[in-house]
Amino acid sequence: MTDTHGAVPFHPNVRTALDNPQIRGNFRRAMDGLMDKRRLAFDDWELDKLRTLGSAVRLNALHHLPELLEQLDTRCRANGIQVHWARDGDEACALITDICRRRNARSVIKGKSMVSEEMELNHHLEQADIEALESDLGEYIVQMAEETPSHIIMPAIHKNTREISDLMHDKTGTEPSLDARYLTASARAQLRERFMNADVGISGVNFAVADSGTLCLVENEGNGRLTTTVPPCHIAVTGIEKVVPSLDDVAPLLALLTRSATGQPITTYFNMISGPRQPDEQDGPEEVHLVLVDNGRSEVYQDEELAETLKCIRCGACMNHCPVYTRVGGHAYGTTYPGPIGKILMPQLMGLDQTPDFPSASSLCGACGEVCPVRIPIPQLLVRLRQESVDGDSLHPAHVKGHGVKRGRLEPWIWRGWAWMHRSPALYRLGTALAARFRRLTPSRLGGWTDYRRAPRPAATTLHQAIKARRTHRRPS
Amino acid sequence: MTDSIKMYPPKPDRVYLFGTCLIDIFYPEAGLAALSLLEREGIDVHFPDDQTCCGQPAYTSGRMDEARDVARRQLDLFPEPWPILVPSGSCGGMIAKHYPHLFEGTDDAARAEDIAARTFELTDFLLNVCHVRLEDKGEPVQVAMHTSCSARREMGLAEVGPQLLGQLSGVTLKEQAHAAECCGFGGSFAVRHPEVSGAMVQDKVAALSETGVQHFVTSDCGCLMNIDGCAQKQGAKLRGEHLLSFLWQRTREDRTHD
Repeated sequence: MTDTHGAVPFHPNVRTALDNPQIRGNFRRAMDGLMDKRRLAFDDWELDKLRTLGSAVRLNALHHLPELLEQLDTRCRANGIQVHWARDGDEACALITDICRRRNARSVIKGKSMVSEEMELNHHLEQADIEALESDLGEYIVQMAEETPSHIIMPAIHKNTREISDLMHDKTGTEPSLDARYLTASARAQLRERFMNADVGISGVNFAVADSGTLCLVENEGNGRLTTTVPPCHIAVTGIEKVVPSLDDVAPLLALLTRSATGQPITTYFNMISGPRQPDEQDGPEEVHLVLVDNGRSEVYQDEELAETLKCIRCGACMNHCPVYTRVGGHAYGTTYPGPIGKILMPQLMGLDQTPDFPSASSLCGACGEVCPVRIPIPQLLVRLRQESVDGDSLHPAHVKGHGVKRGRLEPWIWRGWAWMHRSPALYRLGTALAARFRRLTPSRLGGWTDYRRAPRPAATTLHQAIKARRTHRRPS
Repeated sequence: MTDSIKMYPPKPDRVYLFGTCLIDIFYPEAGLAALSLLEREGIDVHFPDDQTCCGQPAYTSGRMDEARDVARRQLDLFPEPWPILVPSGSCGGMIAKHYPHLFEGTDDAARAEDIAARTFELTDFLLNVCHVRLEDKGEPVQVAMHTSCSARREMGLAEVGPQLLGQLSGVTLKEQAHAAECCGFGGSFAVRHPEVSGAMVQDKVAALSETGVQHFVTSDCGCLMNIDGCAQKQGAKLRGEHLLSFLWQRTREDRTHD
């Protein structure tokens, strides 16, 4: 995150990424595999109907968000879960740090949580002298490399086996090997010990069920189960948009989530956490906390069109199918959420002035919108944010944080000139006729276009002229 | 975008042709081919002289005031209730899918809805309204097809081009790897993010070339200009053509043998 240091340097990041054949190769291979898996996973499903249902479930939940959050709060408390509300990331980090301090915690084990990345929780804990270790294998690798996740589902997808082997050898003394099973077993052995000794486990939440106060956690590695059951204290942290009315709503969302993300019909583990250890139970944490984080979401919620962003269930399918993400990878975006969802979410959370190149960094090819399991109209929202970036619609004044950042000094005049010419048919015909007449004077260099392509040259006659000639020719004399 | 069932009208006697500014300036032969193909089906084609641009460049740049300004002039061009045919999935999509959004809440909303509802991509119209039967008069040839993202996803026309080409007995259609992936054009995207756009079009040229064809067709001039321009810059053998030009050249009566 760069919100304290100025805008995301997207263009330089992109150039670095494109010049790195390793990155391009790793992402292309991985994304191709994920696209295939997703397609096969939905082979026997009426996908479009399921997506429509998923979208309706999420929209319904968002429409009732304030009431559902209150209900969730009540139900969780009734279940013995301590509920905390945080206005922003810093407040959430402070709350979590306080809980850890109160318990004299020194060691924290973490399950995967994107919202904890969003608020830079590990950094905050470290400053409080609390050691946090990531237990999701991908997150574990990324943390070891002192990097950030490059994908929301597969955080270390930018690394190939050799890079991971080298890293684990340097940091943990694991024997170098290209056998992924061996490397995984080594990580597992090291993590297992940490699970047993951790004072606090911190996890994310995939769905928070309001009417039962149940926290659902989707995972494959069992690290989520261990994180939420072995340490004496479990802190679940989630964005406020993850709440759904009832367990009935979870079924379609879960079916969509796992298939869209990894092509799995179901994950290896699906945890439903409904409270701390009861007197008659043998295991589980003595304390369970839920931290509900706003961090800009309620502002996104105010705009009916942009609020669709909050339908996201964090499956990552939009990035897997994005031709831009596939080529530059997640780090080029420099934000917690990369790819298409990042391009619509981050400008709203951080401000357009912090992410000025995000809305335009799309060919609007529509692949993201086509695969989104909850039908977020990502291309439409990108166009909306472009409009916000240039204050481009006098009928709908811009209001997203940092709007107008791309208005420019010269550009408004160029567009006014363009509009003037294209709303005056005679002027347009004259202009295009002149372009055809003097086609040989077309410049051979046209900015970035001609770095990769030859400059297009107008045809000798325009279609307008050709059709006029055809009519004259055909008219009986 | 919701997946709604598309309703096709019976074949009309008269239609409007909206040529698009890219065809007007760079590929007029594709516009003439459209005219000829439709006339051969017995349809009277009206080309409103006052047409300019659908407004998409401004729309996708977020310049809604300018987009509305230019688009409003196009709303005046189609007073009769005839279908409006656009030889581009992208410009067709702008009118059919985005005009209603652009004019929502304005005095022109109803007109925009009406025009959107009778706008068709031209190859779709040839296949599914005219039920065209193409008789191939050309030599055997192998081609590849790039379907634009707007034709494929926004307009749902992924099958149209291949089906039309499938009617040509001498044409073998080869499919490139990652066929459904964007070529990197994206209008202002190619100018604002030239490096990513450039990487995408280079990959597209490579994928098309790897099929072994020397010709590809597409029904969108943005993609055509992008892919063909990149192939030319690289000195590759691959050359592109608008699908309508290709269809007309293969099937015209007075075809000179190549």
